[in-house]
Amino acid sequence: MADRTYLRLVGARLRGQLAYRRSFLIQCLGQAVGQFAELVLILVMFTRVDALGGFAVTEVLLVYSFAGLSFALADLFVGQIDELPNHVRTGSFDTLLLRPLGTLGQIVVSEFQIRRVGRILSALGMLVFALWHNDIAWSPATVALITVTPAAGAVIFASVWVAAGSVCFWLVEGRELSATVTYGNNAFTSYPVSAYSGWIRWFLGYVAGGAFVAYYPALALLDRADPLGGPAFLGWISPLVALVAASLAGLVWRFAVRHYRGTGS
Amino acid sequence: MRLYARLAAAGFRRHSTYRQAMLAGVAANVVFGFLRTAILVAVVSSAGTVAGYDVPAAVSYVWLGQGIIGFINLWGDTELGERVRSGDVVVDLYRPWDLQAALYAQDVGRAGFTALIRFVPPTAVGAVFFPFHWPDAGTWPLFALSLALSLTVSFGVRFLVNLSTFWLLDNRGIMSLYNALVWVMCGLGLPLAFFPDWARTLLWCTPFPSTLQAPVDVYLGHGPQWITLAHQVFWAVALILLGRLVLARAVRRVVVQGG
Repeated sequence: MADRTYLRLVGARLRGQLAYRRSFLIQCLGQAVGQFAELVLILVMFTRVDALGGFAVTEVLLVYSFAGLSFALADLFVGQIDELPNHVRTGSFDTLLLRPLGTLGQIVVSEFQIRRVGRILSALGMLVFALWHNDIAWSPATVALITVTPAAGAVIFASVWVAAGSVCFWLVEGRELSATVTYGNNAFTSYPVSAYSGWIRWFLGYVAGGAFVAYYPALALLDRADPLGGPAFLGWISPLVALVAASLAGLVWRFAVRHYRGTGS
Repeated sequence: MRLYARLAAAGFRRHSTYRQAMLAGVAANVVFGFLRTAILVAVVSSAGTVAGYDVPAAVSYVWLGQGIIGFINLWGDTELGERVRSGDVVVDLYRPWDLQAALYAQDVGRAGFTALIRFVPPTAVGAVFFPFHWPDAGTWPLFALSLALSLTVSFGVRFLVNLSTFWLLDNRGIMSLYNALVWVMCGLGLPLAFFPDWARTLLWCTPFPSTLQAPVDVYLGHGPQWITLAHQVFWAVALILLGRLVLARAVRRVVVQGG
């Protein structure tokens, strides 16, 4: 019952957005260009150096495209949480609480942005390119790893997004604070974790799970040892990390919604 | 003139009321500063010096850039565009002011406040935690002048982007392309000196380097400072004049319905 309602809500959103066809296409293009802009920067960087954190350009591209695809998927499904402060500020979150559907689900479908497919497509293209140019021992195991990694990465990013977005129930103007963790985690994950040090590596890599989005799966695919000394099995446990992250994020969200008091208007 | 001074003061006050949002913005700028420093220092220190950047210069480039983002409102605002779309812009056009000058005055006020809250703290963090480049005394006034010019150029670009709404009605497409490109073209992604010659020449033919790379170049003493400043003056004047021209044409398209 609820599934059908969600599908119909998403369908209505899609029809609405496709009505302005030219604007939609340019926005898709904008998303794709955004993804390519970062790629250009990596290529420019490597005209000046041969390695970054011990990794060659094709290896960095593999990490970057895993991270990019995961982030693009997470953005499509839960990026709408960035709109949460508006719901809290204007009081329209009250309306969501009154309806017989989950609050998180309602926010996700009510702001569904199909233009984000542009980013997914360009990230997918980059991943194919990166896989092509790296030396990978193809086997059923590596194929499975390549398929599962973007999904697990997306769940990790999405969990961070939901948990960080919950901050906005306490700090209405906290959008940029949660952006620090969500977009910051994306920026962090786009490069090998070995390029970072100190609290950044510890917090974004291991607390926020960023190291398991792209870095460790890429190491396993390339059959390389971790320069940081991590054991080899870390490349294969991203789905497990994703599961834990999603459970924690769900708890945080429920706790935050219970705390919500409304703006009183 | 008093009117515009008051508008600037109003812009300052208006933004000083959103303190929580400003602090959240600073936190974001600082975290990204740490991330960008890690990558750029890894690049520069492995080669010693890259395109004139040693480690202190690279650190200063990153943190000055993180401070300038908020000061010039790099990612743009959609306020005027929204008012064009909703039709409220008619009220703005009725008022006894010059619309472009009024918005510029408000933006100067906004920038004045963000200079305190969003420029100083990130640069201070960079200077405290990392080796920082300190210029000689004569550079400081030139740097301040360069920042003022970068604000003017940035305002000119944002004004034009918003004016496009008069023709497109829905300018979200233009905004998303602008957002996707502006940070690379202005030199926030990587120092423009890292780019191959042809790309660098091409980028410096646009106004974007004047908003971020130029003040950083003036601060670091990369290239003759007067040429950088002249580039900024050229684009500031050109964009303000272009903005006036486009606004004049846009006003002719306005149709007021009802009464």
